[in-house]
Amino acid sequence: MTDQALIAVASIIMGGLTIAIGSIGPALGEARALAEALAAIARQPDEAGTITRTLFVGMAMVESTAIYCFVIAIILIFTNPFWDFVTTAGTGN
Amino acid sequence: MHALDTDILWRWDDSFVLLNKTILFTWIVMAVLVVGSLIITWRLSSGPRMDRWQNLLEIVVSFLRREIRQVSRQSPDPYLPFVGTLFVFIAAASILDLVPYFSSPTGSIATTAALAVCVFFAVPIYGVARGGFGGYLKNYIRPSVFMLPFNIIGEMSRTLALAVRLFGNVMSGAMVAGILLTIVPFIFPAVWKVMGLVFGMIQAYIFSVLAMVYISSGIQARETQQQKARQRAEKAPHEREVPSPPREAPGPTAKADEPPSSPPRQRRGTPSRDDVHERDPSHEKGSTND
Repeated sequence: MTDQALIAVASIIMGGLTIAIGSIGPALGEARALAEALAAIARQPDEAGTITRTLFVGMAMVESTAIYCFVIAIILIFTNPFWDFVTTAGTGN
Repeated sequence: MHALDTDILWRWDDSFVLLNKTILFTWIVMAVLVVGSLIITWRLSSGPRMDRWQNLLEIVVSFLRREIRQVSRQSPDPYLPFVGTLFVFIAAASILDLVPYFSSPTGSIATTAALAVCVFFAVPIYGVARGGFGGYLKNYIRPSVFMLPFNIIGEMSRTLALAVRLFGNVMSGAMVAGILLTIVPFIFPAVWKVMGLVFGMIQAYIFSVLAMVYISSGIQARETQQQKARQRAEKAPHEREVPSPPREAPGPTAKADEPPSSPPRQRRGTPSRDDVHERDPSHEKGSTND
């Protein structure tokens, strides 16, 4: 297996693993936040506006860890720095 | 990486001056917003009878003012131009996404990064304008000096997250629409587009509310510091008894807060559902026994 094929295989597999594993934690966290917010709204319907806004902001914060994983996966698949390194080295030789 | 950036429509003599779809669609959104609001505000009426488009704009503006006021607990006037522009731009871009051959410019990382950089610079600008240069810089060492690197990292990473969140949501929405188009090209892409409308509005809301939260966090920290300094200044001379009641006031209020807060906890903690569940089988049993 050439270096390029090795890097391509590793990048694709790790890109999938990154987003798959990295989305587990935020998914659980967001589900918990949503469940708590629903319970809070059921308890105090008058505060639904404040709770919803805080929920959105908090969920966006929680989501950012998944977004970092998404960025890593995108970088690995589309703009892999090692890929460019190997291809330029190959053309150099 | 994305068709928005790589579809180059026009280029100036092989130089870096070029026109791709991102820039074109951004200009289209800007033109729609500016020309539309110019036409609508051409003749405004202050009476009860108004144009329906004026009604639309009033709804949007009053919604933005209310949200900004609730998030920042201040007058929304200084923040409405910036935060409102962010919201209106992203929302209009995602609504115009329904137009054929148009795709939202926020699906490109360049657009969202530009918006996030605007927020990144707006936070210190508003902070300095409100509390002075030194007052803003003190935010970085606010809990203690050891938090300085973490505050700086947080400033950077939240800007990155702001950009990539919007980009990731819009881009993945467009990508899923394309995949759906190849698999089930009949009805589901249209349904997905309608879903994308909802997601686009939520993303616009989240982006502008987060921008407002970041801006107001740079300001409110300063104001709590001022309050603390004021309390210290009042505390230092022991001549007055005025500072002591406010300082002792938190104690009784906190104590007074605790009893009301604990009963709700007990109410939450009291297994009301379990009671119901326990009662229900008993009733059923009773009914069956009867």
